[in-house]
Amino acid sequence: MKLAYWMYAGPAHIGTLRVASSFRNVHAIMHAPLGDDYFNVMRSMLERERDFTPVTASVVDRHVLARGSRDKVVNNISRKVEEQRPDSIVLTPTCTSSILQEDLQNFVDRASLDSESDVILADVNHYRVNELQASDKTLEQIVRHFLNKAREEGISNRSLTDTPSANIIGISTPGFHNQHDCRELKRLFGELGVSINQIIPEGELLRNLRDLPRAWFNVVPYREMGLMAASFLEKEYGMPYISRSPIGILNTADFIARIGKPVNLWASALLGKEVNYDLYIENQTKFVSQAAWFSKSIDCQNLAGKEAAVFGDATHAASITKILVKEMGIRVSCSGTYCKHDAERFNDQVRGLCDEVIITEDHTEIGNMIARIEPSAIFGTQMERHIGKRIDIPCGVISSPVHIQNFPSGYRPFLGYEGTNQISDLIYNSFNLGMEDHSLDVFGGHDTKGVNTKSLSIDRRDIDWAPEAELEPKKIPGFVRGKIKRNTEVFAKQNNISEITVDVMYAAKEKLSL
Amino acid sequence: MKTPETLAFECETGNYHTFCPISCVARLYQKIEDSFFLVVGTKTCGYFLQNALGVMIFAEPRYAMAESEEGDISAKLNDQEELEKICLQIKNDRNPSVIIWIGTCTTEIIKMDLEGIAPILEKRIRIPIVVARANGLDYAFTQGEDTVLAAMAHRCPEYTRYRTSEGRSDESEHFRITISSKNKSIFQKEQLTKSNLVLFGSLPSSVALQLNSESKRQSVPVSGWLPSQRYNELPSLGEGIYVCGINPFLSRTATTLMRRRKCQLIGAPFPIGPDGTRAWIEKICLIFNIKPEGLEERETQIWKNIKDYIQLIEGKSVFFMGDNLLEISIARFLIRCGMVVYEIGIPYMDRRYQAAELLFLQQTCEKMKMPSPRIVEKPDNYSQVQRMHELKPHLAITGMAHANPLEARNIDTKWSVEFTFAQIHGSSNARDILELVTRPLRRKGGFTPNPRSLSKQTLKN
Repeated sequence: MKLAYWMYAGPAHIGTLRVASSFRNVHAIMHAPLGDDYFNVMRSMLERERDFTPVTASVVDRHVLARGSRDKVVNNISRKVEEQRPDSIVLTPTCTSSILQEDLQNFVDRASLDSESDVILADVNHYRVNELQASDKTLEQIVRHFLNKAREEGISNRSLTDTPSANIIGISTPGFHNQHDCRELKRLFGELGVSINQIIPEGELLRNLRDLPRAWFNVVPYREMGLMAASFLEKEYGMPYISRSPIGILNTADFIARIGKPVNLWASALLGKEVNYDLYIENQTKFVSQAAWFSKSIDCQNLAGKEAAVFGDATHAASITKILVKEMGIRVSCSGTYCKHDAERFNDQVRGLCDEVIITEDHTEIGNMIARIEPSAIFGTQMERHIGKRIDIPCGVISSPVHIQNFPSGYRPFLGYEGTNQISDLIYNSFNLGMEDHSLDVFGGHDTKGVNTKSLSIDRRDIDWAPEAELEPKKIPGFVRGKIKRNTEVFAKQNNISEITVDVMYAAKEKLSL
Repeated sequence: MKTPETLAFECETGNYHTFCPISCVARLYQKIEDSFFLVVGTKTCGYFLQNALGVMIFAEPRYAMAESEEGDISAKLNDQEELEKICLQIKNDRNPSVIIWIGTCTTEIIKMDLEGIAPILEKRIRIPIVVARANGLDYAFTQGEDTVLAAMAHRCPEYTRYRTSEGRSDESEHFRITISSKNKSIFQKEQLTKSNLVLFGSLPSSVALQLNSESKRQSVPVSGWLPSQRYNELPSLGEGIYVCGINPFLSRTATTLMRRRKCQLIGAPFPIGPDGTRAWIEKICLIFNIKPEGLEERETQIWKNIKDYIQLIEGKSVFFMGDNLLEISIARFLIRCGMVVYEIGIPYMDRRYQAAELLFLQQTCEKMKMPSPRIVEKPDNYSQVQRMHELKPHLAITGMAHANPLEARNIDTKWSVEFTFAQIHGSSNARDILELVTRPLRRKGGFTPNPRSLSKQTLKN
C-alpha cells in the first residue's frame, strides 16, 4: 500500500475506454461496480461531447460477488448489441474484475456466438499498467484483431495507395489538444502531397481497419499511444513508422525530413519522381512559423538564460525542453516525466539539455523540486500549475492530466508549424506575465505582501533574522527576493552563523555573487 | 407509519450513472475539521476522487488514498503493517483527532478486515479510527455519508440524564411518561431546555445554524448534531434522546441510532423547501408536545419571496433521472411550486425511513391536483432516455454524463450533483433550490429576477 494524494496517469481501464470510445460505433462495457463509469462524466464535460459516451457498466454488486456474473455480462452485451447495433463491443475489465478473476474471456466467447457485433476482451492488467500503457496496448489489440480477421476472411487489402499516404496513429479522446493537433497534421501532410489513409482511433470505423496496410507509412505523433500498434504493423506488414513528434521548429523539420525516406522508397516507382522537402521546410520556418523569427527578436533575447522547470508526459516534456533550450536559449534547470515506463528514452532525449532529470509519479517530489529551484516559469501539467500558484511562479500547461481549460474551442495545436506559434505564445506569455508583475515590485508598486519566502519544504527553523535584516529583503524586487533570502540562509548555515544581519546578507551576496 | 398506497413504485435494472459513495469524503472532511479520511482502495478510486473533486484536490485536502498494490491483493503484504505505516505517516504530517477509513470495493472483495484491524491500530497509534464501508458494490453516492455517520454513531458518548449512575432506569421510565403526557408541565419545559433533540446529517455550519434557530424559535433547542464540527464534540446518545434526520439518504444512520443507541427516531419530511421545513418542524413540535407558532405566516412569507421564480417554472415539467436520493424531497417541493413531475428516479428507496416524506409527496400531489409521479428505483439510464424522448420534459435533472448529450438533443438539464453541494435546507434556502432549478430555463433569456435575487443576501424575517 502507498499513501497517495494525486496521480498523473489514470488507471488502466481509462486507457482502454479512451481507445474504444474514440473509434466510431464501438461500445465499451465495463465490468465494474456502481460509480466506476466516471469516464462518461469526464468525456462529456471535458470534450463537451454532444453524444452519449458509448460506455456502460455491467454492474458488479453483492449478487455478483456471491454467485459470479454468470449471465449478467452476456445479457448486457447482447442487450447493447440489440439496442445500438455497434460494430464491436469491448468488454473492459477494471480493478474490481481483476481481483474477482472471473473468466471474462468465456463470457466474450459466449456472447460472440450469436451476436452480430464483434466482441473483444481488452487485455490489460490493472495492477501492472497505467492509463497510457493500457491505451497503447488496447489500440494494438484492436488493430491486430481486425487485421487478422480480415486476413482470415480473405478481404485484407495490402496494395499500396497510388499516391503517398500515411496513417496517423494515436489521436484519441480526451487527449491533450489532440483534435487540434490532428487538424494541423492533416494540413501538413496535405502540403507535403501525402494523403491521409486513416486516423486511428479517433472517428475511424473498425471495418475500415483492413485498409490500414495500404498506407506507405505510419506516423505516431505521441509516444504514449500508438507505438505498439505501429511496431505491430511494421513487423507484420513491413510498414515503416515515424515516432518523432513534430513539436517545435527543430522537431518538425526533423519529422518532415524523415517522411522523405518512406515516400522516396516508392516515389520513383509509383510517381516517377523523388520528393525533396527542404525548400518546404525552409519556407515554413521562415514565413509560416513565427517561432524562428521570434527566437531572434529582442523579446526572446530578454528570456535568454532564464530558468525554467519542465514536467509532463514523455512526449511533451521532452519536446518542450528541447524548444526552450535549443530554440529560445532558456535554461532548463530540471526536466521530468511521470512516464516511468518510458524513462530510458526520456533520459536520452533530454540528455545535455537540462541540469537535472526527474522521473517520478509523486507530485510532492515535483513540488519540492520546483520550490528548491525557483524557476522563473514552470511548464507542466495542471498539478504544476497549482504548485506554481502557491509559490507565485507562472506556469504554462503543456501536458495531460487535462482540465476543461485544456479543451479550448479555438484552434490551439501543439504540433506542426502553427503549433510552434502557439508554443511561442505560451512560453512568452508565461515569462512575460511574471516580468510585468515584478516590474511593479521593482518600482515599489504594491509592497504590502510582506516577505515571500516561496518555500514548500525548506526547513529554516534554526536561523534567525535580525530585525533590520528582515527589512532588507523588502527592498529587493519580488522575483529574486525568495532566492536571495534562501541563499543568504544557506550561506549562514555553511558559515555557522545563527543570526542574519545586514552585514551577513551583503557578505553572502559577495560570496555567491547574487 | 404506512407507506402511501397510491404512489407507484417500480424497479429497473440498476444500470444508471451515479457517483461512487467514496465521494462523501469531499463533504465530510470539510465538515469535521479535525478529521482525516483515508480511502483504502485502488487507482480507480483515486482517479475518481481527484477528478470529481476538481480544484479541491489542490488545496492540501485532509484525505488521501491508501493505494492497494499487487502485493496487497495477493496478501503478500500484511494489511495491518501496511496500514500502520500509512497511519503513522498521517499522524506525523497532520495530527488529526480521528482517522476515518473508507472501505472500498477492493477491500470488500479481498475481505480485508478493516473493522478488526482498526481497534488494534487505534491502540498502537493512539488516534481513534472509524471504519466506514462506503463501496460501490452496495451503495450509491450520498449513501456514503450514511455509512460514515452510522459508524460515527457508535463513537458518540453515552447519554445519561442526570449524569448519576443509580436509579437510571426508573428515571428514564418517568421521563418517558412525562413526554407522552399531554400537559406541558414546567418540569417538562426544563427537560426540553436541557434538550434531547439530536439532528443527524452533514450540513455546512451556516445551514445547521439556520435549522437550529428554526427549531429554537419553537422552543425545541437542538442539543447536538451528528456529525459535529469537531470529532470530540460528538453529541451524547442514548435512551431518552430524540433523533431526526435532515437528509433522505440517512437510513442506516437512523437504524443504528434506533437499534444500537436506543434513540427515538422522529420520522418527518425533510426540511427542504418552505413546505418541507414547516412539516419537519411541525412534526418535531408534535413529538415534544408543543404547539408551533407562527409557522404558517412564515411559510406564506417565503412563498411570496420566491414568487418570481415560481412564475418561471409553474406548469413546466421535470424528469429526475435519479442519482443522489434527494429526489423525492426536491420533487415534492417542485410539485408544490406548480411543476409537473413525470418521473422520480432514485437509486434506493427506504420506504420506512422516507415514509413521512412519501406521504407528504402524495398529499402535495392531491393538494396541487397533480398526477402522482412514477418512482423508479434502480433506474436504467438507457430506458430513461428513451422515455424522455417521448415525454419531452422541460427540464431533466441528471448527472454530468448525460447533461451535455441531452442539451444537444434540446432537453434542458440541471446537473443533479449541485443539489448535494448547494445549501438547500431550511426555509431561507428555498430560493437557492429554485435558483438552481430555474437556471437552465432562465438562460433561455427574457428573465430578469427582481433585484433582491441578484444579490446573494439571505431572507430576513
